[in-house]
Amino acid sequence: MNTQTMERRQHYLNVSYGIRSWLFTTDHKRIAWLYLVSVTFFFFIGGLFATLIRLELLTPQGDLVQAETYNKLFTMHGVTMIFFFLIPSIPAVLGNFLIPMMIGARDLAFPRLNLASWYIYSIGGLFTLIAAAAGGVDTGWTFYTPYSSIYSNTHVVLTVVGIFVTGFSSILTGLNFIVTIHTMRAPGMTWFRLPLFVWAHYATSIIFVLGTPVIAITLLLVGLERVFHLGIFDPELGGDPLLFQHLFWFYSHPAVYIMILPGMGVISELIACFSRKRIFGYEFVAFSSLGIAVLGFLVWGHHMFVSGQSLYAGMIFSLLSMLVAIPSAVKVFNWTATLYKGSVSFDAPMLYALGFIGLFTIGGLTGLFLASIGVDVHVHDTYFVIAHFHYIMVGSAVMAYLGGIHFWWPKMTGRRYPEAVARVAALIIFLGFNLTFFPQFILGYLGMPRRYHVYPPEFQVLNVMSSAGASILAVGYVLPLIYLIWSLRYGAIAGMNPWKAKGLEWQTPSPPPTDNFDVTPIVVHEAYGYETDEPQAIYPPGKPLHV
Amino acid sequence: MSDIQTIHAHQFDAVEQQHEASWIGMWVFLATEVMFFGGMFMGYAVYRTAYPQAFASASNHLDIWLGAINTAVLICSSFTMALGVRSAQLSARKPLMIFLALTIALGAVFLGIKFTEYYFKYEEHLVPGSAFLFEETSLARQAEIFFSFYFAMTGMHAVHMIIGIGLLTALIVMASRGRFSAEYHTPVELVGLYWHFVDIVWIFLFPLLYLLGRHL
Amino acid sequence: MLGFPLFPDQASSVAARVDALFYFLVSVSVFFATLICILIIVFAVRYRRRSENEQPPAIVGNLGLEILWTVVPLGLTMVMFVWGAKLFFVIYHPPINSLEITVVAKQWMWKVQHPEGRLEIDELHIPTGRPVKLTMTSQDVIHSFFVPAFRVKRDVLPGRYTTVWFEATKAGEYQLFCSQYCGTQHSGMVGRIVVMEPARYQTWLSGETAVISMASAGEKLFQRLACNTCHLESGAGRGPPLVGLFGKKVQLQNGQTVTADENYIRESILEPQAKITAGYAPIMPTFKGLVSEDGIMQIVAYIKSLTHEGTQAKK
Repeated sequence: MNTQTMERRQHYLNVSYGIRSWLFTTDHKRIAWLYLVSVTFFFFIGGLFATLIRLELLTPQGDLVQAETYNKLFTMHGVTMIFFFLIPSIPAVLGNFLIPMMIGARDLAFPRLNLASWYIYSIGGLFTLIAAAAGGVDTGWTFYTPYSSIYSNTHVVLTVVGIFVTGFSSILTGLNFIVTIHTMRAPGMTWFRLPLFVWAHYATSIIFVLGTPVIAITLLLVGLERVFHLGIFDPELGGDPLLFQHLFWFYSHPAVYIMILPGMGVISELIACFSRKRIFGYEFVAFSSLGIAVLGFLVWGHHMFVSGQSLYAGMIFSLLSMLVAIPSAVKVFNWTATLYKGSVSFDAPMLYALGFIGLFTIGGLTGLFLASIGVDVHVHDTYFVIAHFHYIMVGSAVMAYLGGIHFWWPKMTGRRYPEAVARVAALIIFLGFNLTFFPQFILGYLGMPRRYHVYPPEFQVLNVMSSAGASILAVGYVLPLIYLIWSLRYGAIAGMNPWKAKGLEWQTPSPPPTDNFDVTPIVVHEAYGYETDEPQAIYPPGKPLHV
Repeated sequence: MSDIQTIHAHQFDAVEQQHEASWIGMWVFLATEVMFFGGMFMGYAVYRTAYPQAFASASNHLDIWLGAINTAVLICSSFTMALGVRSAQLSARKPLMIFLALTIALGAVFLGIKFTEYYFKYEEHLVPGSAFLFEETSLARQAEIFFSFYFAMTGMHAVHMIIGIGLLTALIVMASRGRFSAEYHTPVELVGLYWHFVDIVWIFLFPLLYLLGRHL
Repeated sequence: MLGFPLFPDQASSVAARVDALFYFLVSVSVFFATLICILIIVFAVRYRRRSENEQPPAIVGNLGLEILWTVVPLGLTMVMFVWGAKLFFVIYHPPINSLEITVVAKQWMWKVQHPEGRLEIDELHIPTGRPVKLTMTSQDVIHSFFVPAFRVKRDVLPGRYTTVWFEATKAGEYQLFCSQYCGTQHSGMVGRIVVMEPARYQTWLSGETAVISMASAGEKLFQRLACNTCHLESGAGRGPPLVGLFGKKVQLQNGQTVTADENYIRESILEPQAKITAGYAPIMPTFKGLVSEDGIMQIVAYIKSLTHEGTQAKK
């Protein structure tokens, strides 16, 4: 087969060198790396804020930081993690790298727009960092008015400008994905032969495109109100603070599906590969992604059950929120059924995937507690909510992200990461996560409100447990940072398909050439054809697979 | 002429694929614009329902004639834009450039009238903020909300017009260099779509803002 | 037992019902989480890869299973929805003869006023066995009134009244938290609900001397602000008569009909042009800046007290 070493063969990493070849690239794979560096940076910034929060919460008194500082910490933690890590992470890193390859294309439909997306994201991130450095913002990531529009005297405008700008990055990425998936599939790649990763990103892109503009205009109005004292959300001037909440949540609820759908796409790929079986109920999983995207736009009022919204509206939102849980449940059952009579191996990506299924199940089920409007009255705005969404965003989405990074690392870098250390890190993350966030369910039902700098002494034991878990979790997150970077230099050389996975990306060299495929492949099989030895695509006769 | 029309960007396999991608891309972008403006329309609708009297009274302070002229100007500019697209389809370079220039001119007239209106409102103390004064003082706070939406929505619309004029200028430059022909004029079509969209937004804005409670 | 609690006290009539739904949700969750975890572990172990060239069977799916695990969760979630909705309805519909107490929230304290006039800051004394309805507003940002032991919570908004009710079942002291982030001292905006046996509550209520009832304070304000010059008792004044108004339907100038509740009265004082009573000229001036939220609560209490029987009795 191919006896050339990676260094002699030309691929997307060594085709050109120098900072300009990276900052002016239009190669989707290089842009994915630009995003990888950026989102990793913001992840650790957000993690730093979380560390300080959990340290403060070791004791009931406010003895580590002042109240205003604490309020800034949880605000900046939320803003950084949601807008600058979770929302871009899987789509902009793994989606960018893989979608063209998975559909047999040379790049996305609009490569320069893709690069522009990264620059826009970075500029928005810069604004927010400047706001943080200048003293931060203390409104909570939810920016409720009139506190954010009138009363807070922190850097609200600077922060919302940063988020506003970054939103366009999401919109353009979503637009790029939708057009690419519609128009650039290789011959034979019908919709129902697409990997579920692509379906998941298609559904996510619909939300990007339809939801993000609404948060843009909402934050713009908050900024205008703050600067020009307009009175749109100010009750003193006849405005309605609840209007803000409706506009805000209209985007921010679908946003949480932006944060989880791509992860579900990753999990489908991992479960299939590491059970050596096609995903059970492929069409059901594909349509569930679309169903979640659509239903996700109809449930925003479940954040406002106690807000003064009409009781009947509340009941309708409760009903719809129950419905949106069903497609997620369908996915969990289908993934589990895929393991049945499979050939299961426990490489690190699979450990992340199995952990995802368990933690997502818990996170999703606790969402039902919040959708049950009679119970939500009690647990709304308490640590129960915090535990619920961290089970989804950290226990599920971040684990899916790490699982995906590990799985496609050989393809992206041509190197293997050290498997034993990776498995240990996955276990540390799983255990640390549960110790951090499970006690918070109990704290929430006991009544500990969220965003509390000081708390009654009877809540201390559970808070100490949670902070102890956070310290373990932090170790778990630092480990991959170290060994993945280590592997770039010292990792074993990876072959074309170290996992023996199906999918067009595994039919290219590791790392792939700039154009992915020298010739556009022709797709002849369904996705996940693990029952056969044949690859999913063939090349026109007479053309080599790659040079 | 040049065979530039048969070359497509490297990520595509065929010119038709590139054209289809550009077309879908522009429509998806316009969908995002609908959601963007939609948020403001939503907010406007909520307050219009809550304060019908104040909104009607405030609306009567807008200059309906300037608004109507602007509406006519924009509709004409969509016409010249459509004629420009037609010219491109027929490889008629000079008419294309003329129609693009006419569209820019009409767009500039629109903006000129708009900013004149803004100036009048400023003089009449109807710009929201500390200098706002409404003669029916009992309705003043609610009227100020109307004017907040007026400036935010028409201001955002004007920003889109300015961007559109920029795009049209770029098109004229490209056309002067012979970049467009019957085989390839996708940028003209796409900017045309954008321009028509901006026009349609104004067609919604005009009655909602200018025509409330008017006895014509 | 553990040195720290796992569940809050059940101190209201609705707490046990909320806990019952909670236990149901916990049971369903434990069942399904355990089921999934066990299946994953069993499948992963039973079907672990034993040789590199294993060829698993090509199982595409099973329509029956898909239907099963769509319909069963749907059924369970509908039970959760209906149960929760009925509970919600109870939580936000106060009984008719509730004790009406007002709350004005501000950064960062709770100001409570009893109808008999007694004022409290960050504390609320109530009797057991009697439904208590709180009418609340905020002077600045959004707050939220949360008593974990009662399992009730309601956001407190500026510019509007919101209400919550509860009936305490157990004497004792219970935590009150602000649960909507409201600025720097949000976590300091806490208090206690002191629940007493009815007899002790009466003693407490009459403990403070020289206190006038909210309705009387409201009457004083009504006169001081000259409301009585337009709103004549006879009904022949420039403003509509207020006797017997509270709770009745009002016909507006634009044809709409609204109910004269607390929010209506508050709005009429602050934004008199918003709803003009049919047959009256829109000449009422606004009292914004001339009366505080506490004062408005007192005026509302006064207007509530203006029943036909009461007025007759006074004559």
